[in-house]
Amino acid sequence: MVRPIAARDPDPSAVRAALAEVADPEIPVVSIVDLGMVEDVRVGADGIHVVLLPTFVGCPALDVIRSAVELRLRDFDRAVDVRFEYHVPWTSDRITPDGHHKLRASGFAPPAPVQADSPVLVQLMTPVDCPNCGSDRTVLESAFGPTQCRAIYHCTACRQPFEAFKPV
Amino acid sequence: MTVAALPAVALGELLRSMADDEFVIGFSDSEWTGIAPLLEEDVAMSSLAQDELGHAAALYGLLGKLVAANPDALAYDRQPGEYRHCRLLDHGRGDWAMTIARRYLYDSADAVRLEALAGGTWEPLADLVGKLIREERYHRMHAGAWLERLARDGGEARARLLLALRELQHDAATVFTPLPEEAALVGAGILAMPMAELERRWRATIGPVFAELDLPMPPATRQIERGRLDHGEAFRWLWGEFTAVRRSEPGATW
Repeated sequence: MVRPIAARDPDPSAVRAALAEVADPEIPVVSIVDLGMVEDVRVGADGIHVVLLPTFVGCPALDVIRSAVELRLRDFDRAVDVRFEYHVPWTSDRITPDGHHKLRASGFAPPAPVQADSPVLVQLMTPVDCPNCGSDRTVLESAFGPTQCRAIYHCTACRQPFEAFKPV
Repeated sequence: MTVAALPAVALGELLRSMADDEFVIGFSDSEWTGIAPLLEEDVAMSSLAQDELGHAAALYGLLGKLVAANPDALAYDRQPGEYRHCRLLDHGRGDWAMTIARRYLYDSADAVRLEALAGGTWEPLADLVGKLIREERYHRMHAGAWLERLARDGGEARARLLLALRELQHDAATVFTPLPEEAALVGAGILAMPMAELERRWRATIGPVFAELDLPMPPATRQIERGRLDHGEAFRWLWGEFTAVRRSEPGATW
Protein backbone atom coordinates (compact mmCIF):
# COMPACT_ATOMS: atom_id res chain seq x y z
CA MET A 1 0.00 0.00 0.00
CA VAL A 2 1.34 3.44 -0.90
CA ARG A 3 0.74 5.98 1.80
CA PRO A 4 0.59 9.71 1.19
CA ILE A 5 3.83 11.47 2.19
CA ALA A 6 2.01 13.74 4.61
CA ALA A 7 0.79 10.80 6.73
CA ARG A 8 3.82 10.58 9.01
CA ASP A 9 4.01 7.72 11.45
CA PRO A 10 3.09 8.81 14.95
CA ASP A 11 5.93 9.21 17.41
CA PRO A 12 6.03 6.27 19.90
CA SER A 13 6.48 8.76 22.73
CA ALA A 14 3.22 10.42 21.72
CA VAL A 15 1.57 7.00 21.81
CA ARG A 16 2.98 6.38 25.28
CA ALA A 17 1.69 9.76 26.42
CA ALA A 18 -1.75 8.77 25.18
CA LEU A 19 -1.52 5.44 27.02
CA ALA A 20 -0.75 7.37 30.21
CA GLU A 21 -4.36 8.58 30.00
CA VAL A 22 -5.81 5.06 30.00
CA ALA A 23 -7.00 4.42 33.54
CA ASP A 24 -6.90 1.05 35.29
CA PRO A 25 -10.58 0.01 35.45
CA GLU A 26 -10.30 -1.34 39.00
CA ILE A 27 -8.20 1.49 40.49
CA PRO A 28 -8.95 4.41 38.15
CA VAL A 29 -6.60 6.86 39.89
CA VAL A 30 -3.65 5.10 38.24
CA SER A 31 -3.05 4.56 34.55
CA ILE A 32 -1.71 1.48 32.83
CA VAL A 33 1.59 3.37 32.45
CA ASP A 34 1.71 4.13 36.21
CA LEU A 35 1.19 0.42 36.86
CA GLY A 36 4.09 -0.51 34.58
CA MET A 37 1.84 -2.61 32.34
CA VAL A 38 3.13 -1.08 29.09
CA GLU A 39 6.10 -3.21 28.04
CA ASP A 40 6.51 -2.09 24.44
CA VAL A 41 5.15 0.41 21.94
CA ARG A 42 6.14 0.02 18.31
CA VAL A 43 4.96 2.06 15.37
CA GLY A 44 5.35 0.50 11.95
CA ALA A 45 3.93 0.66 8.46
CA ASP A 46 1.25 -1.82 9.55
CA GLY A 47 0.07 0.25 12.50
CA ILE A 48 0.66 0.70 16.22
CA HIS A 49 1.63 -2.34 18.29
CA VAL A 50 1.22 -2.23 22.04
CA VAL A 51 2.47 -5.03 24.31
CA LEU A 52 0.90 -5.03 27.77
CA LEU A 53 1.77 -7.20 30.77
CA PRO A 54 -1.27 -8.42 32.75
CA THR A 55 -0.96 -7.65 36.45
CA PHE A 56 -2.70 -10.96 37.23
CA VAL A 57 -3.34 -13.82 34.78
CA GLY A 58 -7.01 -13.93 35.69
CA CYS A 59 -7.53 -10.17 35.79
CA PRO A 60 -11.11 -9.68 34.58
CA ALA A 61 -10.31 -6.13 33.46
CA LEU A 62 -8.05 -7.12 30.56
CA ASP A 63 -10.73 -6.89 27.88
CA VAL A 64 -11.83 -3.52 29.22
CA ILE A 65 -8.21 -2.31 29.14
CA ARG A 66 -7.78 -3.55 25.57
CA SER A 67 -10.91 -1.66 24.42
CA ALA A 68 -9.84 1.48 26.29
CA VAL A 69 -6.41 1.41 24.62
CA GLU A 70 -7.94 0.91 21.17
CA LEU A 71 -10.35 3.75 21.81
CA ARG A 72 -7.67 6.15 23.08
CA LEU A 73 -5.31 5.43 20.17
CA ARG A 74 -8.02 5.90 17.55
CA ASP A 75 -6.91 9.55 17.13
CA PHE A 76 -3.65 8.36 15.55
CA ASP A 77 -5.62 7.00 12.63
CA ARG A 78 -3.65 3.78 12.43
CA ALA A 79 -4.47 0.12 12.91
CA VAL A 80 -3.96 -0.74 16.59
CA ASP A 81 -2.80 -4.15 17.76
CA VAL A 82 -2.93 -4.73 21.53
CA ARG A 83 -1.34 -7.85 22.93
CA PHE A 84 -1.08 -9.26 26.43
CA GLU A 85 2.14 -11.19 26.94
CA TYR A 86 3.89 -13.05 29.74
CA HIS A 87 7.47 -13.21 28.45
CA VAL A 88 8.27 -10.56 31.05
CA PRO A 89 6.23 -11.34 34.19
CA TRP A 90 4.56 -8.24 35.56
CA THR A 91 5.57 -7.59 39.14
CA SER A 92 4.40 -4.94 41.57
CA ASP A 93 7.96 -3.54 41.45
CA ARG A 94 7.04 -2.14 38.01
CA ILE A 95 4.64 0.41 39.51
CA THR A 96 6.26 3.81 38.94
CA PRO A 97 7.06 6.37 41.69
CA ASP A 98 4.25 8.44 40.22
CA GLY A 99 1.97 5.43 40.55
CA HIS A 100 2.98 5.02 44.21
CA HIS A 101 2.18 8.66 44.85
CA LYS A 102 -1.24 8.46 43.20
CA LEU A 103 -2.14 5.23 45.02
CA ARG A 104 -1.24 6.73 48.41
CA ALA A 105 -3.13 9.96 47.66
CA SER A 106 -6.29 7.96 47.00
CA GLY A 107 -6.06 5.82 50.15
CA PHE A 108 -4.24 2.73 48.85
CA ALA A 109 -0.92 1.68 50.30
CA PRO A 110 1.52 1.03 47.46
CA PRO A 111 3.25 -2.36 47.45
CA ALA A 112 6.45 -2.97 49.38
CA PRO A 113 9.37 -4.11 47.19
CA VAL A 114 9.09 -7.80 46.30
CA GLN A 115 11.41 -10.03 48.34
CA ALA A 116 11.55 -13.03 46.04
CA ASP A 117 13.37 -15.23 48.56
CA SER A 118 11.28 -14.68 51.66
CA PRO A 119 7.98 -16.42 52.38
CA VAL A 120 5.00 -14.50 51.17
CA LEU A 121 3.50 -14.24 54.66
CA VAL A 122 6.70 -12.65 55.97
CA GLN A 123 6.41 -10.05 53.22
CA LEU A 124 2.77 -9.37 53.96
CA MET A 125 3.39 -9.10 57.71
CA THR A 126 5.96 -6.38 57.12
CA PRO A 127 4.07 -3.26 58.19
CA VAL A 128 3.11 -0.92 55.38
CA ASP A 129 2.60 2.76 56.08
CA CYS A 130 -1.03 3.73 56.58
CA PRO A 131 -2.11 5.83 53.59
CA ASN A 132 -4.45 7.83 55.86
CA CYS A 133 -2.20 8.90 58.75
CA GLY A 134 1.26 7.69 57.70
CA SER A 135 1.76 5.49 60.78
CA ASP A 136 3.63 2.20 60.43
CA ARG A 137 1.61 0.65 63.28
CA THR A 138 -0.42 -1.42 60.82
CA VAL A 139 -1.39 -5.08 60.76
CA LEU A 140 -2.42 -7.45 58.00
CA GLU A 141 -6.11 -8.35 58.21
CA SER A 142 -6.40 -10.51 55.13
CA ALA A 143 -4.14 -11.36 52.22
CA PHE A 144 -7.16 -11.26 49.93
CA GLY A 145 -9.22 -8.22 49.08
CA PRO A 146 -11.91 -6.99 46.71
CA THR A 147 -9.71 -7.56 43.67
CA GLN A 148 -6.89 -10.00 43.02
CA CYS A 149 -4.18 -7.37 43.47
CA ARG A 150 -5.25 -6.04 46.89
CA ALA A 151 -4.82 -7.08 50.55
CA ILE A 152 -6.60 -5.65 53.61
CA TYR A 153 -4.76 -3.98 56.51
CA HIS A 154 -5.77 -2.21 59.71
CA CYS A 155 -4.06 0.84 61.15
CA THR A 156 -3.84 0.70 64.95
CA ALA A 157 -2.93 4.40 65.11
CA CYS A 158 -5.89 5.96 63.28
CA ARG A 159 -8.02 2.80 63.64
CA GLN A 160 -8.97 2.72 59.99
CA PRO A 161 -8.97 -0.23 57.65
CA PHE A 162 -7.20 0.28 54.33
CA GLU A 163 -6.21 -1.64 51.24
CA ALA A 164 -2.69 -2.26 50.04
CA PHE A 165 -1.42 -3.38 46.68
CA LYS A 166 0.01 -6.89 47.10
CA PRO A 167 3.69 -7.44 46.44
CA VAL A 168 3.64 -9.89 43.51
CA MET B 1 11.24 -24.75 19.75
CA THR B 2 9.43 -24.76 16.42
CA VAL B 3 5.81 -25.84 16.28
CA ALA B 4 6.62 -28.74 13.95
CA ALA B 5 9.09 -30.18 16.47
CA LEU B 6 6.58 -30.13 19.35
CA PRO B 7 5.42 -33.41 20.85
CA ALA B 8 1.89 -32.24 20.20
CA VAL B 9 -0.04 -35.16 21.67
CA ALA B 10 1.81 -35.12 24.96
CA LEU B 11 1.78 -31.33 25.17
CA GLY B 12 -1.98 -31.33 24.59
CA GLU B 13 -2.43 -33.84 27.41
CA LEU B 14 -0.27 -31.74 29.73
CA LEU B 15 -2.16 -28.51 28.99
CA ARG B 16 -5.54 -30.22 29.27
CA SER B 17 -4.67 -31.79 32.62
CA MET B 18 -3.36 -28.52 34.07
CA ALA B 19 -6.25 -26.43 32.71
CA ASP B 20 -8.84 -28.91 33.96
CA ASP B 21 -7.19 -29.03 37.41
CA GLU B 22 -7.29 -25.25 37.76
CA PHE B 23 -10.80 -25.03 36.32
CA VAL B 24 -12.28 -27.65 38.64
CA ILE B 25 -10.61 -26.42 41.82
CA GLY B 26 -11.60 -22.87 40.88
CA PHE B 27 -15.23 -23.85 40.55
CA SER B 28 -15.09 -25.92 43.75
CA ASP B 29 -13.70 -22.93 45.65
CA SER B 30 -16.36 -20.64 44.23
CA GLU B 31 -18.91 -22.84 46.02
CA TRP B 32 -17.86 -20.99 49.18
CA THR B 33 -18.79 -17.56 47.88
CA GLY B 34 -21.33 -16.19 50.32
CA ILE B 35 -21.16 -19.04 52.84
CA ALA B 36 -17.53 -19.28 54.02
CA PRO B 37 -17.01 -19.50 57.81
CA LEU B 38 -15.58 -15.96 58.04
CA LEU B 39 -16.13 -12.86 55.93
CA GLU B 40 -12.38 -12.71 55.20
CA GLU B 41 -12.49 -16.31 53.99
CA ASP B 42 -15.48 -15.58 51.81
CA VAL B 43 -13.37 -12.93 50.08
CA ALA B 44 -10.27 -15.14 50.07
CA MET B 45 -11.96 -18.19 48.53
CA SER B 46 -13.65 -16.03 45.92
CA SER B 47 -10.32 -14.42 45.07
CA LEU B 48 -8.58 -17.81 44.88
CA ALA B 49 -11.38 -19.10 42.64
CA GLN B 50 -11.00 -16.09 40.37
CA ASP B 51 -7.25 -16.71 40.14
CA GLU B 52 -7.71 -20.38 39.27
CA LEU B 53 -10.39 -19.75 36.65
CA GLY B 54 -8.08 -17.13 35.11
CA HIS B 55 -5.21 -19.61 35.09
CA ALA B 56 -7.50 -22.17 33.47
CA ALA B 57 -8.56 -19.66 30.81
CA ALA B 58 -4.91 -18.92 29.95
CA LEU B 59 -4.09 -22.64 29.75
CA TYR B 60 -7.19 -23.41 27.65
CA GLY B 61 -6.03 -20.53 25.43
CA LEU B 62 -2.66 -22.24 24.85
CA LEU B 63 -4.38 -25.59 24.29
CA GLY B 64 -6.85 -23.96 21.91
CA LYS B 65 -4.00 -22.66 19.74
CA LEU B 66 -2.32 -26.06 19.77
CA VAL B 67 -5.39 -28.06 18.75
CA ALA B 68 -7.22 -25.28 16.86
CA ALA B 69 -10.20 -25.18 19.22
CA ASN B 70 -12.17 -22.44 20.93
CA PRO B 71 -11.05 -22.11 24.59
CA ASP B 72 -14.63 -21.71 25.81
CA ALA B 73 -15.65 -24.86 23.97
CA LEU B 74 -12.74 -26.69 25.62
CA ALA B 75 -13.85 -25.47 29.03
CA TYR B 76 -17.59 -26.01 28.75
CA ASP B 77 -18.58 -28.30 25.88
CA ARG B 78 -17.13 -31.63 26.97
CA GLN B 79 -18.95 -34.46 28.67
CA PRO B 80 -17.95 -35.15 32.31
CA GLY B 81 -15.92 -38.23 31.32
CA GLU B 82 -13.77 -36.16 28.95
CA TYR B 83 -12.27 -33.93 31.65
CA ARG B 84 -8.73 -34.80 32.73
CA HIS B 85 -8.47 -33.14 36.15
CA CYS B 86 -6.98 -35.29 38.88
CA ARG B 87 -9.24 -37.34 41.15
CA LEU B 88 -8.02 -35.39 44.18
CA LEU B 89 -10.45 -32.71 42.99
CA ASP B 90 -13.38 -35.12 42.67
CA HIS B 91 -14.62 -35.22 46.25
CA GLY B 92 -17.18 -32.45 46.36
CA ARG B 93 -16.86 -29.25 48.33
CA GLY B 94 -17.26 -30.88 51.73
CA ASP B 95 -16.72 -28.94 54.94
CA TRP B 96 -14.03 -26.35 55.63
CA ALA B 97 -11.49 -28.98 56.72
CA MET B 98 -12.05 -30.90 53.47
CA THR B 99 -11.57 -27.71 51.47
CA ILE B 100 -8.33 -26.88 53.27
CA ALA B 101 -6.98 -30.45 53.05
CA ARG B 102 -7.71 -30.58 49.32
CA ARG B 103 -6.25 -27.13 48.72
CA TYR B 104 -3.09 -27.90 50.67
CA LEU B 105 -2.50 -31.19 48.84
CA TYR B 106 -3.25 -29.62 45.48
CA ASP B 107 -1.32 -26.36 45.95
CA SER B 108 1.77 -28.12 47.22
CA ALA B 109 1.67 -30.56 44.29
CA ASP B 110 0.91 -27.85 41.74
CA ALA B 111 3.93 -25.87 42.96
CA VAL B 112 6.22 -28.84 42.29
CA ARG B 113 4.69 -29.30 38.84
CA LEU B 114 5.06 -25.58 38.00
CA GLU B 115 8.72 -25.59 39.07
CA ALA B 116 9.30 -28.47 36.65
CA LEU B 117 7.80 -26.42 33.80
CA ALA B 118 9.50 -23.09 34.52
CA GLY B 119 12.34 -22.52 32.09
CA GLY B 120 11.00 -25.20 29.73
CA THR B 121 11.74 -25.08 26.03
CA TRP B 122 8.24 -24.22 24.84
CA GLU B 123 8.14 -20.49 25.53
CA PRO B 124 4.39 -19.85 25.56
CA LEU B 125 4.03 -22.25 28.48
CA ALA B 126 7.29 -21.38 30.24
CA ASP B 127 6.38 -17.66 30.13
CA LEU B 128 2.92 -18.26 31.55
CA VAL B 129 4.27 -20.56 34.27
CA GLY B 130 6.69 -17.85 35.41
CA LYS B 131 3.69 -15.65 36.12
CA LEU B 132 1.56 -18.42 37.66
CA ILE B 133 4.30 -19.22 40.20
CA ARG B 134 4.18 -15.65 41.53
CA GLU B 135 0.44 -15.86 42.07
CA GLU B 136 0.30 -19.41 43.43
CA ARG B 137 2.63 -18.45 46.31
CA TYR B 138 -0.35 -16.68 47.86
CA HIS B 139 -2.51 -19.79 47.53
CA ARG B 140 0.11 -21.95 49.23
CA MET B 141 0.48 -19.45 52.03
CA HIS B 142 -3.29 -19.47 52.60
CA ALA B 143 -3.69 -23.26 52.59
CA GLY B 144 -0.57 -23.78 54.70
CA ALA B 145 -1.69 -21.33 57.39
CA TRP B 146 -5.11 -23.00 57.64
CA LEU B 147 -3.72 -26.53 57.65
CA GLU B 148 -1.55 -25.63 60.61
CA ARG B 149 -4.39 -23.90 62.41
CA LEU B 150 -6.80 -26.82 62.04
CA ALA B 151 -4.14 -29.40 62.91
CA ARG B 152 -2.95 -27.59 66.05
CA ASP B 153 -6.36 -26.53 67.31
CA GLY B 154 -7.19 -30.07 68.37
CA GLY B 155 -10.80 -31.02 69.13
CA GLU B 156 -13.33 -30.92 66.35
CA ALA B 157 -11.10 -28.94 63.95
CA ARG B 158 -8.34 -31.53 64.05
CA ALA B 159 -10.80 -34.43 63.97
CA ARG B 160 -12.45 -33.08 60.85
CA LEU B 161 -9.08 -32.45 59.21
CA LEU B 162 -8.04 -36.05 59.88
CA LEU B 163 -11.32 -37.30 58.41
CA ALA B 164 -10.80 -35.17 55.30
CA LEU B 165 -7.22 -36.36 54.85
CA ARG B 166 -8.43 -39.94 55.22
CA GLU B 167 -11.06 -39.46 52.54
CA LEU B 168 -8.54 -37.88 50.17
CA GLN B 169 -5.55 -40.08 50.94
CA HIS B 170 -5.82 -42.52 48.02
CA ASP B 171 -6.20 -39.69 45.53
CA ALA B 172 -3.75 -37.27 47.15
CA ALA B 173 -0.93 -37.89 44.66
CA THR B 174 -3.06 -37.95 41.50
CA VAL B 175 -1.74 -34.56 40.35
CA PHE B 176 1.26 -36.70 39.37
CA THR B 177 -0.66 -39.20 37.25
CA PRO B 178 1.73 -40.11 34.42
CA LEU B 179 0.69 -38.38 31.19
CA PRO B 180 0.33 -40.28 27.92
CA GLU B 181 3.68 -40.03 26.10
CA GLU B 182 5.18 -37.86 28.86
CA ALA B 183 8.67 -39.11 27.99
CA ALA B 184 8.37 -36.97 24.84
CA LEU B 185 7.78 -33.88 27.01
CA VAL B 186 10.83 -34.64 29.11
CA GLY B 187 12.87 -35.42 25.99
CA ALA B 188 11.88 -32.11 24.43
CA GLY B 189 12.81 -30.19 27.59
CA ILE B 190 9.25 -28.94 28.16
CA LEU B 191 8.90 -30.84 31.44
CA ALA B 192 12.00 -31.20 33.60
CA MET B 193 11.35 -34.75 34.82
CA PRO B 194 8.72 -37.52 34.81
CA MET B 195 5.64 -37.27 37.01
CA ALA B 196 6.83 -40.16 39.21
CA GLU B 197 9.96 -38.17 40.06
CA LEU B 198 7.87 -35.06 40.74
CA GLU B 199 5.77 -37.08 43.16
CA ARG B 200 8.92 -38.01 45.09
CA ARG B 201 9.87 -34.33 45.26
CA TRP B 202 6.40 -33.42 46.47
CA ARG B 203 6.54 -36.04 49.24
CA ALA B 204 9.90 -34.66 50.33
CA THR B 205 8.35 -31.18 50.48
CA ILE B 206 5.24 -31.99 52.48
CA GLY B 207 6.80 -34.73 54.61
CA PRO B 208 8.36 -32.39 57.22
CA VAL B 209 5.13 -30.34 57.43
CA PHE B 210 3.00 -33.45 58.04
CA ALA B 211 5.53 -34.78 60.57
CA GLU B 212 5.58 -31.46 62.44
CA LEU B 213 1.78 -31.40 62.61
CA ASP B 214 1.57 -35.14 63.35
CA LEU B 215 -0.63 -35.80 60.31
CA PRO B 216 -0.57 -39.09 58.38
CA MET B 217 1.24 -38.94 55.04
CA PRO B 218 -0.92 -40.08 52.13
CA PRO B 219 -0.02 -43.56 50.86
CA ALA B 220 0.97 -44.28 47.28
CA THR B 221 -1.99 -44.15 44.90
CA ARG B 222 -3.08 -47.54 43.62
CA GLN B 223 -3.56 -47.62 39.86
CA ILE B 224 -2.17 -44.12 39.54
CA GLU B 225 -2.36 -44.45 35.75
CA ARG B 226 -6.13 -43.97 36.14
CA GLY B 227 -5.68 -40.91 38.38
CA ARG B 228 -7.27 -38.54 35.90
CA LEU B 229 -10.09 -40.86 34.83
CA ASP B 230 -13.24 -42.33 36.41
CA HIS B 231 -14.73 -39.06 37.66
CA GLY B 232 -17.57 -39.76 40.07
CA GLU B 233 -20.90 -38.37 41.15
CA ALA B 234 -19.49 -35.26 42.87
CA PHE B 235 -17.87 -34.10 39.65
CA ARG B 236 -21.01 -34.83 37.61
CA TRP B 237 -22.88 -32.52 39.96
CA LEU B 238 -20.26 -29.76 39.67
CA TRP B 239 -20.20 -30.19 35.87
CA GLY B 240 -23.97 -29.72 35.84
CA GLU B 241 -23.52 -26.47 37.76
CA PHE B 242 -20.71 -24.96 35.74
CA THR B 243 -22.19 -25.85 32.34
CA ALA B 244 -25.78 -24.89 33.23
CA VAL B 245 -25.72 -21.44 31.62
CA ARG B 246 -23.82 -22.64 28.57
CA ARG B 247 -26.24 -25.54 28.01
CA SER B 248 -29.32 -23.36 28.53
CA GLU B 249 -28.67 -21.47 25.27
CA PRO B 250 -26.15 -23.28 23.09
CA GLY B 251 -24.03 -20.95 20.97
CA ALA B 252 -25.17 -17.78 22.74
CA THR B 253 -22.70 -14.90 22.91
CA TRP B 254 -22.82 -11.70 24.90
